Amino acid sequence: MARNTARPLSPHLTIWRWGPHMLVSILHRATGIALSTAGLVLLTWWLLALAGGNAAYATFSAFIGWKLGPVPLIQLGLVVLTWTFFQHTLSGIRHLIMDTGAGFELKTNKTMAYLTIAGSLLLTALFWAALLGKAA
Amino acid sequence: MTGPKDLGRHDRNAVPEGKTALGRVRGLGSAHHGGEHWIKERVSSAALLLLGTWFLISLLLLPDFTPSTIIAWLSGPFGFVPMALFVYLSFEHSLEGVKVVVDDYQGDEGGRLTWHVVSLFLHVGAGALALFALARIAFGA
Repeated sequence: MARNTARPLSPHLTIWRWGPHMLVSILHRATGIALSTAGLVLLTWWLLALAGGNAAYATFSAFIGWKLGPVPLIQLGLVVLTWTFFQHTLSGIRHLIMDTGAGFELKTNKTMAYLTIAGSLLLTALFWAALLGKAA
Repeated sequence: MTGPKDLGRHDRNAVPEGKTALGRVRGLGSAHHGGEHWIKERVSSAALLLLGTWFLISLLLLPDFTPSTIIAWLSGPFGFVPMALFVYLSFEHSLEGVKVVVDDYQGDEGGRLTWHVVSLFLHVGAGALALFALARIAFGA
C-alpha cells in the first residue's frame, strides 16, 4: 500500500511561529501521548499490584519510591504526570469551548492558552501540597 | 467491445480502465463515518473530566495509601463503579487520541494500518488487564 502523495500531511512544528496558542496545541498532543503511555501503564500496574497481594504491591511501591542517589526520580515523574493530566484536561476544556465556535478572537484565544498553562501549574501545586500535607 | 469506456461519461459508477471500483474510490473521501470518531472523542473527554476529577479528589480523601484502605475503597459501589468507568473510558479516549496522532504523522497507508492495529491490540489488552485487576480487587481472588 503506497502513500497517496496527493493528500496533505499535518503541518509540523517547524513551520509555525511559536506562540502560546501553538504551544498549548502541541502540549495537548504531547501530554496526551504521555498519559496514553506512562499514565495508562502506571494505572494498570497499580490495579494489578492491588489485586496481586502484598508482595505485588511491595514491588510497585518500591518502584514508585526508587531513587537515583538522593533524587526520588519516579515520584518526580509522578508530579510531571499529574501536570500532564491537568494540562491535557484544561486544554481539552479549551478545545471543547472552541468546538462551539467561540474563543477564536486572537486576544481571547491567547488568554485562554495562557490560562491553561497557569491553571495546570497551579492545580499540580495544589494537588501535591494537599497530598503531601496529608502524609505529614 | 463493452468495457468501462462504454459507460456514460457522467455515470458516477463508471470504472476507469485499469482500476477496480475499490481502487478508484480509495482515499478519495467520506465513507460517512467521519463524525463518529470525532464525537466519541469529545463525549469520552466530557465523561473523563468528571471521572478524572472524582479520581484525584478520592485519592486526596483517602485516610492513607495502604493496600487495605485502597482495596476497601475500590470494593464499594461508589469506588468500583466510577473506577471501572474511569479505566474503560481512559483506554477508549487514549485509543481515539492515538488514532488521530497516527493519522497525522504517518503518511504511508501501510504504516498507518500497522500502527492502528498495534495501538488497538495494546489498548484492548492492557484495558482488559486493568479491568480484570479491578474486578479481582472488588470481588476477591
